[in-house]
Amino acid sequence: MNTPWWRNRRLLPLLVQAVVGLLVLVTIALLLGNLVRNLSAAGLLLSWRWLNLPAGFDISETLLPFNAELPYWRALLAGLVNTVRVVLIGLIGATALGTLVGSAAFSSNGLLRRLSRTYVELIRNVPLLLQLLFWYFVVFLSLPNGTAAIQLPWAVLAKSGLYLGSTQLIDGVWHGSLRITLEFAALLTGLIIHSGAFIAEVVRGGVAAVPRGQWEAARSLGFTPGQTLSRIVLPQALRVIVPGLNSQYISLAKNSSLAVACGYSDLYSVAETTLNQTGRAVEVVLILLGTYLAIDLIISLLMNRLNQLVQIQER
Amino acid sequence: MALRQRLLISLAGLFGLALAGCASDEGSLQSQKMALIKGRGELICGVQGTLPGFSSVEGDGSYVGLDVDICRATAAAVLGDPGKVQYRDLNPSERFAALASGEVDLLSRNTTYTLSRDAAGGNGLSFAPVVFYDGQGLMVPKASGITDIKGLSGKPICVETGTTSELNLADRMRELKQPYTPLKFQTSDQTYAAYLQGRCAAVTTDRSQLAAKRTGFPNPGDHVLLPDVISKEPLAPATVNGDPLWSDAVRWTIYALMQAEELGITQANVEAKVSEARANPNLADLRRFLGIEGDFGQQLGLSPDFVVQAIRAVGNYGEVFERNVGSGSVLRLERGLNRSWKSGGLIYAPPFR
Repeated sequence: MNTPWWRNRRLLPLLVQAVVGLLVLVTIALLLGNLVRNLSAAGLLLSWRWLNLPAGFDISETLLPFNAELPYWRALLAGLVNTVRVVLIGLIGATALGTLVGSAAFSSNGLLRRLSRTYVELIRNVPLLLQLLFWYFVVFLSLPNGTAAIQLPWAVLAKSGLYLGSTQLIDGVWHGSLRITLEFAALLTGLIIHSGAFIAEVVRGGVAAVPRGQWEAARSLGFTPGQTLSRIVLPQALRVIVPGLNSQYISLAKNSSLAVACGYSDLYSVAETTLNQTGRAVEVVLILLGTYLAIDLIISLLMNRLNQLVQIQER
Repeated sequence: MALRQRLLISLAGLFGLALAGCASDEGSLQSQKMALIKGRGELICGVQGTLPGFSSVEGDGSYVGLDVDICRATAAAVLGDPGKVQYRDLNPSERFAALASGEVDLLSRNTTYTLSRDAAGGNGLSFAPVVFYDGQGLMVPKASGITDIKGLSGKPICVETGTTSELNLADRMRELKQPYTPLKFQTSDQTYAAYLQGRCAAVTTDRSQLAAKRTGFPNPGDHVLLPDVISKEPLAPATVNGDPLWSDAVRWTIYALMQAEELGITQANVEAKVSEARANPNLADLRRFLGIEGDFGQQLGLSPDFVVQAIRAVGNYGEVFERNVGSGSVLRLERGLNRSWKSGGLIYAPPFR
């Protein structure tokens, strides 16, 4: 039997897909072609040679050694390392805080439960930028200096920075085994407290998804409330929590770009200076887009692997 | 607002470029920008917005300042009405993108005229004449006891990101082989807030700006400018590179204000000067300048009396200076380099010929 090709059930869908695919490709090619033509007409044709020119500006704090004689790409790299540093520590801190607060929502202690709810509602509903400005300008910059600095057994909080480990005051200047700048501290605090609230909600949702019977069974077996949570409920809750955590981690990484509000030199801050000094707006924005995309994709990839691990293994 | 908005604008710009049709023919005698402004009936001017003396907002929402007067004079020359200006507050990082994307027609925002900002391979701006000769300085709290730049070794210094101040500071400190920590902020408000909170030993930018910002401090007397001037900062308005006719119109409107000072024409006597020139055909120079004779306005694509319109709106350059930043203002800056060349300054207009 001979079906005409336009009624062929295998050929037809393929054909439709090919046509749609071709249309998409042609549109993209048209847009790109037009972009390049218009950019070159405006004298803005993409060029990357500036990346090797000396940057000529300094960066306040870097893990990677940097000075003004090094090229732009080194400046951007130093900014990226600063971003990764705050994101990594932020992720750990926010996860710990979120887990504690999210679990506290199930506490038998009423005060703890209410505290947990208040924190989440308060933090969730205030824009992060405002929170960062608050932490930096209101909290950290109000710290006293010299002998008036706040002295804890393991740390000193002063206007010139936070000093950890063994600290001492020499000529009115504090020294410590580890110095954290106020800019980094403010950004980190802001990010952890902000993301912590969202993560707490994800954890609460995950714990709530574990059937009540599990709690009751654990209790009748003699588990303490703490053991019930850590041994029985949280492991089961994880498979609900992990996908939600993924998007919170991604937003934390993206939110770190608000660093410039509190004077921390992250990738975005360095890129902004670079953009101004070189005038290569398109290239710098492309680098920024690509880098943040890459960071988020890496987080997503790792979280997806974790997700596979915590799913119920069918036996 | 920061990243997301900025990225959106940039993306929208990219998308716009991708979708836009062919670029316009170059070298035609029509100024697209001027046609656009006349059609819109309004000049869009990018300003700083929070800098007393240069551009700041009054209680009733109106803008005042030296930079603002340049916008007003240009609007008067192009549209015949100094009030037809829409102001946009821009931070240092946004200003060039806003100009390049056409969001503002004219950037009159205490911007330093430099090679890389002028060059097509850099920011690609077209600069108008310098309206304020400045230099970069440093301000410290009087109580700190610091008396010169050497006293800032190893100390944190607050600076606005995306400015020439940031680069000059790096250069000078490198020359002096002096370590320091630059703390960079996106807006001037954040920069001065961090300085006033005591996070930085000093704040650095153009000296006029430091003096202007100091007037808004709780105790202006507690802060001093160090004697070191670490750069030259000629501040000039700017337009986009691709529209020479528009750039010329702005350029000669500003020169007209400077020429008016040389000729002794003020906001108060401009009408009298016009009648005088009308009545006396022998005053050829004055007649040409005021548009009674010749076709200077027409050559620039402006009305014949654009000079009169501009002077009527803001007065001559000397009046603009004194009213906003000089003896008639809270800043009380000396005219210094900003005197007319006839009094030993740098303000000089080429001949109106």
